[in-house]
Amino acid sequence: MDLVDRLLAGDRKAAAQLVTLMEDGGPPAREAMAGLYPHTGRAHIVGVTGSPGTGKSTLVYELAKEFRARGKTVGIIAVDPSSPFSGGALLGDRIRMQKLSTDEGVFIRSMASRGQLGGLARATGDAIKVLDAFGRDLVMVETVGAGQSEVEIARAAHTVIVVDAPGMGDDIQAIKAGLFEIADIFVVNKADRDGAEKTLLILQMMLDMNESSGAQDWRPPLLKTIALQGEGSGLVADAVESHLAHLRESGQLHVRKMRLAEEELRRILGQELLGRLLELVNVERWATLTREVADRQLDPYTAADSLLGSFVAGLRAGVE
Amino acid sequence: MPERKIRVLIAKPGLDGHDRGAKVVARILRDAGMEVIYTGLRQTPEMIVSAALQEDVDVVGLSLLSGAHKTHFPRILELAAEKGLEDVLFVAGGIIPDADVPALKEMGISGVFGPGASTAEIVGFIKENVTRK
Repeated sequence: MDLVDRLLAGDRKAAAQLVTLMEDGGPPAREAMAGLYPHTGRAHIVGVTGSPGTGKSTLVYELAKEFRARGKTVGIIAVDPSSPFSGGALLGDRIRMQKLSTDEGVFIRSMASRGQLGGLARATGDAIKVLDAFGRDLVMVETVGAGQSEVEIARAAHTVIVVDAPGMGDDIQAIKAGLFEIADIFVVNKADRDGAEKTLLILQMMLDMNESSGAQDWRPPLLKTIALQGEGSGLVADAVESHLAHLRESGQLHVRKMRLAEEELRRILGQELLGRLLELVNVERWATLTREVADRQLDPYTAADSLLGSFVAGLRAGVE
Repeated sequence: MPERKIRVLIAKPGLDGHDRGAKVVARILRDAGMEVIYTGLRQTPEMIVSAALQEDVDVVGLSLLSGAHKTHFPRILELAAEKGLEDVLFVAGGIIPDADVPALKEMGISGVFGPGASTAEIVGFIKENVTRK
């Protein structure tokens, strides 16, 4: 039986091996994706993001427990950064989740970002599909500890939870563009700490401002948790379920799915075009162009154009 | 395509509460370009094997200081065999008496590294003996 058949039959090892295959990429990964893709599209994909140390892993653990109690199966993909120097990574999100390790209804996979910016790894989207085809009702994706612009998760999830904690910044941080704009649900974790009320108030004001500035059919709920003690995770799980119901009833789910599909197609096309172009470029020509750009004899746009020119001509000939 | 990353699970079975050594080793392997999953303290054999399976690791490093290796390691290896993790390389570190090493190797712990082991030795051993590339 091949890996995909074993995955569909519920084999956990096959699921793990398929995620590795997706990370490695290449023709075997594509072939497997073609086999499992028809079985995807059923899971509710929930992203959990926020700054390092706000308690994302602990919240994911508590939410997973909560959804298990509600009879759902859960997949978790936890992304941590790769070293820009060695390419290695220390993946530590599992530490907070180990108690779920032996529950057959939970599948946890740690993933290194492998140089990808934006808070996810290149293969995160494919890993989500593996766990979706594996039959998980819910796939939670924990991003790299996010700064302000790690918003890739909005292109991968149906519901995005942004986790904040007291003391992370003032009201200007809250009205800057970026991370806070992509939240479907806000969680202020560590709500027993000093400054929690202020953080809540700032976010409340930001949400009020959003509401008055435009037509919004979903106001992100603002919830307090103390994830370490399991407090508040039930309310967050309720909000996750209400958001899905809202997406379904309003027709937004379909809109989001179309958007995700388009973004994905665009991304893959970009990657493929670049990859294939670079395969076709003569090594000496590449070295010459690089040197000319470095020596200021040629600007980089003109250099790129000169490579693209013949490539596009070739493509056009192929299409015609 | 870049070469395949070596994935390593570092686990601390049993009840001892010191993981400085395990963290140092995790860091060394990270700096050697490996992807290291650290699972934290007080893991049962079931948790360790289940994590190794889900993470599809090439290597499991067990760190133990309490003297309970003769209890935990056989159970971990037995479960690993049950779950079909034949191709995973098992190594161990911590406080393990020399006299116990032959028996551990016999049961399938390929490398044992005590407090004097150099970082190059550990990295080299893993790179040479990892079966899946």
